[in-house]
This record gives sequence, structure tokens and C-alpha cells, in this order.
Amino acid sequence: MSVSAQPRLRAPDDDLSKLKVVPARHPWRWVGVIVVLVLVAQFVNGLITNPGWDWPTFAQYFTAQSILRAVGVTLELTLYGTAIGFLLGIVLALMRLSRSRFLSGVAWTYIWAFRSIPLIVQLLFWFNIAYLYQELEVGIPFGPSFFGFETKDLISPMGAAVLGLGLHQAAYAAEIVRSGIISVDHGQLEAAAALGLPKGRQFRRIILPQAMRSILPNAANEVISLFKGTSIVSVVAIGELFYQVQVVYGRNARVVALLMVATIWYIVLTTLLSIVQFYVEKHYAKGATRDKGGWKWAR
Amino acid sequence: MGEVMVDLRGIHKSFGSTEVLRGVDLEVHAGEVVVVLGPSGSGKSTLLRTINHLEKVDRGYVSIDGELVGYRRSGDKLYELREREILKQRTHIGFVFQNFNLFPHLTVLENVVEAPVSAQRRPVAEARADARALLSRVGLADREDAYPRHLSGGQQQRVAIARALALRPKVLLFDEPTSALDPELVGEVLDVIKDLARSGTTMVVVTHEVGFAREVADTVVFLDGGVVVEQGPPSQVLEDPQHPRTRAFLSKVL
Repeated sequence: MSVSAQPRLRAPDDDLSKLKVVPARHPWRWVGVIVVLVLVAQFVNGLITNPGWDWPTFAQYFTAQSILRAVGVTLELTLYGTAIGFLLGIVLALMRLSRSRFLSGVAWTYIWAFRSIPLIVQLLFWFNIAYLYQELEVGIPFGPSFFGFETKDLISPMGAAVLGLGLHQAAYAAEIVRSGIISVDHGQLEAAAALGLPKGRQFRRIILPQAMRSILPNAANEVISLFKGTSIVSVVAIGELFYQVQVVYGRNARVVALLMVATIWYIVLTTLLSIVQFYVEKHYAKGATRDKGGWKWAR
Repeated sequence: MGEVMVDLRGIHKSFGSTEVLRGVDLEVHAGEVVVVLGPSGSGKSTLLRTINHLEKVDRGYVSIDGELVGYRRSGDKLYELREREILKQRTHIGFVFQNFNLFPHLTVLENVVEAPVSAQRRPVAEARADARALLSRVGLADREDAYPRHLSGGQQQRVAIARALALRPKVLLFDEPTSALDPELVGEVLDVIKDLARSGTTMVVVTHEVGFAREVADTVVFLDGGVVVEQGPPSQVLEDPQHPRTRAFLSKVL
């Protein structure tokens, strides 16, 4: 045999535990680190030295009254959109899971329709709803009406935007909630039923808290994407963050600086939402893992 | 023996085209321990699940302590009960699952307290005191703040038994309570069930533990092919089976 004559691993009475361990080298890792560091340094250098970023203008507008008010509107749209979206979403999810073919069919159709229509198209429809229905009346269906409203008084541009975002969001929220509910072990529902827990209690106390584990990461995605998606509302001239920024750079032509104003606000607020997500998820993780204390970011 | 507590008459149940139960009659008297044996697929678990209406029967009826389960009789008609009323009936029937089905996000104590408080509207303080007593009865007094996942399978099943007992049920149903357990944990669960049997709890136990049946059962029921093949005291059914299918089954498991 042509095996090279390696020294024998050890003499019978050699104690390996006394030898020094030399870690393996990873030269290519170091090459990778250096390449990335150079690229990052170039980018940071550009941010500082390239006058095109126009940081003084950024600083001037970042906390300007008009921008802060617009951030408020953006948050308001996100809040209402999320609230309507998830409340209606829960109802739709329960309808889809209902044993009634009719109810589940209606929910399916709703989800199908609102996922099919682009949000921007829907927003424009709501914005123009007064062309379709000049008056809304409360009364007996197909019978006399008791009182009515002018549609354009009832549905303001802001109302149209909230309605559009909320109804759109509900279709997605419904599927997220449904996925969470069906991910809960069927035995949980059986146990709750066998114990005679009232139906509503079964859902609120047993099913929903467990469903939340898989609902939350997806729901957080949706809230964050809605938060940024509110920028689409600028098409109906509502003074949210992106619209306001456009107004300002339309006046002073400092496009990049003002886009950065919007960008940084979106980043800051998304970060806050992610932090909230972390704590909410932690709350619903009770009893979910075997180890009691340690909860890490990366889990 | 006491009056009839559980009465099954002519129970039929099919899943699709498979007829799982084909006319089962069974009487369980107050304080009696009935052990149901039978090969897998014989319909044992389905039979047990018809008792608390987790499975709706196709034909026949179930009554507990003289009250029809799932229906209300008026004249010559049976009216199907609404879900809320069925849920109320289930609080009289304790059920212990093969896979425990404890609520993983609630502590041991919360698991036991949940049904008495929300289904029976008992005061929280009273339900807690009761739950603690039950937990110490099943030997888990010191684990009330643990979550189910922190317990062994045997401990989880003992909590599940305490949870079922907390409703003070008229009858306790066990669906293969030891089948999901490691062999060395079976004993601790069987001991708890034996203790309940001695204290006069009315029970129907579906199991594969023939030794347990011999020791604890007042009546052994052998189910095969969706019908009761043979029933009687363990000394008769287990020691001197009359039916060839009973004999074949026992020769396999003993």
C-alpha cells in the first residue's frame, strides 16, 4: 500500500488532553469581511461628503411642523386601517371556517374580490363614491327610509382612504387569522368542547391565544406593509407623510433631502413597530418552549 | 349495583361508507367501572366519543343519568339540542384524551380551574381551592405553576384527569389514557385511575391494558367489528372467554 508514513497518532501512554489546540484558519472569511468593510466605508463616506444628500435641508424639514403633522396622519391611517382590517378580518376568518356553506362562500368571495382589486384602484373608487350614490338612507330595505345623508358629507377623503385601506387589509388579515386558527391542534378544540366551555370562551381563551403564535409574525408584516402602503393614499391628496414631502419638494426642488426625510421617518417608525412586535410575541410565547427563562432575538 | 348512569341503545355510526359502530348496547351503573377492550379499528374510541356527543350518532341514543345526550324528547319527536345546551350537558361527563390535550399556554392550575369557572360559573376562589385539592390527589400539588410542556407525559395525563374531575362529573370517560406514554410512566397514571375506581367513580375506560382491566374492572366489554362480542365480569371474559374472537384477541395481547 502507498499510504504515506504518518507518525502514529499516539504512543499508548501519551496524554492528548495536555496538547495545545490550534483552531482552523479561515482566510476567505477575512477576505469577505474586508471587501464588505470597504464597500460600507465608501457608502458612509458618500453619505457624508456628497453634497447631493443635502443634510442641512434634511435637518430643517425632518422635524418641521408640517412634516410632523403628516407623520401623525400616516400613523392615524395605519391605526384605523389596522383596526378595521383585523376586526373585519377576524369576522371573515370565522365566516370562512363556519360550517355554513353560505357564510364561508360570502367570506371567500369578499377575500377573492378585495385581493383582486389593486389598492390604488379601490381608493379611487371610494374617493369617487359620491358619483355612484349621492345619498345614503337608513330605513327598511326596499321600503321607506327614515333619514338620509349626502354621501360626500359622510365619506370625506380621509374616510374614503381609511375605508379603502381597512377593507383591503381585511382580506389579507382574514387569511392570516384563518391560517393561525387552523394551525392550532384540533385536540385543543375537542378538549375545550369536552369540558363544555362556552363557544366564545373556547375561541378567546383557548384557540386565539395559541393561534396568535403564528398570526403575529404575519400580522406584523401586514401592519408594517400597511404603514408604508399608506403612501399610496397620496393619490387622493391626503396630507400624509409621502404626500407632504412631495408638496415640499414640489416647492423647493430639494427632492433627495425630502425623500430622505420620509425614508428616515418610515425607518424609525417601522423599528418601533418591530420592537412592539417583539414584546407582543414574547407575551404569547408563554408555555410554548421547554426552557423557561432565555428568550432571544433570533428565535 | 346502583341505578343506570350511562345507557347506550342501538348505537350506529358510519364515517363515509365505513360502518364503525353497528348497533351497540351498553349499560353502566353508578359506581361501576367498565373497561372496553378490542382490537384497533373495532370502534372503541368512537363509542366512547358518542357518549359525550363528540361524535353524533347516526342511529340509537345515549342517556346519562336519565337525560338524553344531544337531544330533547317532546312527544314522539327528538329535537336536536343547540350547541350551548350540549356544552352544558358535557360538563356532567369528564373526558380524558389519549394525547392529554392540556392547554399549553395555561399553567397547570389554570388548566384545571378553567372549566369550573367559565362553564359552571363557580367562584374563582372556590374553584382554585378545589383544583389544588385535586392536584394533590393526583400527586402534583407542587406543580401548579408549571406549564404542561414542562411536565412528563405521565404528569400531563394526571393533570388532565384532575381537569376532568374538576367539573365533578357524573361519569368519567378515558380514551386509551396510557397509550401515548413511555412504558415506565404508565403505572403512575393507572394508579390514579385505580384510586378513582376504589372511591366509587363511575368510569368507562377504553384501553389495551388487560392487566388493568383484570384488576379494576367490574365489567369487561369486548368490542369487535362495531358490535359487543362479549361482556361480563373480568373473571369470565378474561379467564374463560366464550367467543373465539375474544380468545384470539386475548391470546395476542397476553
